[in-house]
Amino acid sequence: MRILAGGTDLVPWLRDDLITPDLVVDIKRLPGLGDLDVVDGALRIGALVTFADLVASPLIAKFLPMLGEAAGTVGSVGIRHRATLVGNICSAVPSCDSGPPLLVHEAMVHVIGSEGGRVVPIREWFLGPKQTVLDRGELVAHVTVPIPPVPRGAAFVRLSRYAGEDLAQASVAVLSLPEGEWRVAFGALAPTPVRAPAVEAALSGRQANDGAIADALRLVPDAIAPITDMRASKEYRMAMAGVMLRRALHLAETRRAGAGPAYGTAVM
Amino acid sequence: MKTDVTITINGEPRILTVEPNDVLLDVLRTTAGVKSPKIGCERGDCGSCTVLLDGKSVRSCLVLGIEADGHDVTTVEGLDDAALAGLEHALVAMNAFQCGFCAPGIVIAAAELLGHEPHPTREQVQHAIAGNLCRCTGYEPIIDAVLAAAEERSVTA
Repeated sequence: MRILAGGTDLVPWLRDDLITPDLVVDIKRLPGLGDLDVVDGALRIGALVTFADLVASPLIAKFLPMLGEAAGTVGSVGIRHRATLVGNICSAVPSCDSGPPLLVHEAMVHVIGSEGGRVVPIREWFLGPKQTVLDRGELVAHVTVPIPPVPRGAAFVRLSRYAGEDLAQASVAVLSLPEGEWRVAFGALAPTPVRAPAVEAALSGRQANDGAIADALRLVPDAIAPITDMRASKEYRMAMAGVMLRRALHLAETRRAGAGPAYGTAVM
Repeated sequence: MKTDVTITINGEPRILTVEPNDVLLDVLRTTAGVKSPKIGCERGDCGSCTVLLDGKSVRSCLVLGIEADGHDVTTVEGLDDAALAGLEHALVAMNAFQCGFCAPGIVIAAAELLGHEPHPTREQVQHAIAGNLCRCTGYEPIIDAVLAAAEERSVTA
């Protein structure tokens, strides 16, 4: 059985016989799955919330602007009108653009099934390419993303060959928080989106100056495991991961200080 | 298992018999006989099948026909004079299309943009049609034409 929301991954996979489910269940007429609101200090993003909804949302712009920045890089206008954030993490391709932002924001995935519900930290969600902990008969109702404390600054930096359709060749999400806390995650650079705790530890308590960035960049090769595919070689991905992390760190720190380019400004 | 769906296509309610795995693109072209959405990549990359679903542009190759049951679909044939104002003329005057295969999708994307952004920047136009591939023109005359249409509208308004 497969769940159908936006269908932007599911429909081509069905056509190509990459998946052959006995049943496809369209959830778009179920009530309550389209909510995008604040509950207990977190943004609740329902299973039917599209990337276009995220780009247009004042709540996202106010509390999680980097998630909006990432949403704006997904596919094209026509894709964003259909594709959902929850569908993106359920498809779980290594390049999924919502993976790194949700990882650094420590989102929770709220699953419902016939046995009741469970809540899965996003860090435990991805098992491998197109594989998650979701079981047959389960459905993701929504994702909750805690609103981070201020002052905060963040950046999502994405590399692709051209705008409008290409999947990411590499992506980096950085979140800068009070008391020198840094969170870093990478996309399209490993079998799943990955947090980089060693990189974070090297940055902890420090400004994003040349010394701190150099220490962080040295740890990048051990944090990721890029492969060569039709979009990029592993060597290119490895090299660009460092370039992108450097830019993302600068950008997040500048934004934390209330300056820098607006969220959504392309820096690659 | 064939099933009947009701899709309002360009303002006209149509009852159509579809298979559950028929995509909207094929339903429009083959079942409903609306030929402007083009079959290109069939995976959402090229934009040649772009239509409006309840007023929002979508890739009709990525939507199942049964998902459109009870909804409104608009193709270029159904765009009204207001949506096309200045746009057709500018596209023709600037030779914005050569083979024309991408034209229906790009016109939908451009009309959608001008509908909510009457004075787009060049970057906004690029952003709006990113994902609508044109293999002939290099995009510049298309972008110029969309900007000219916006200019024309603000002069005549």
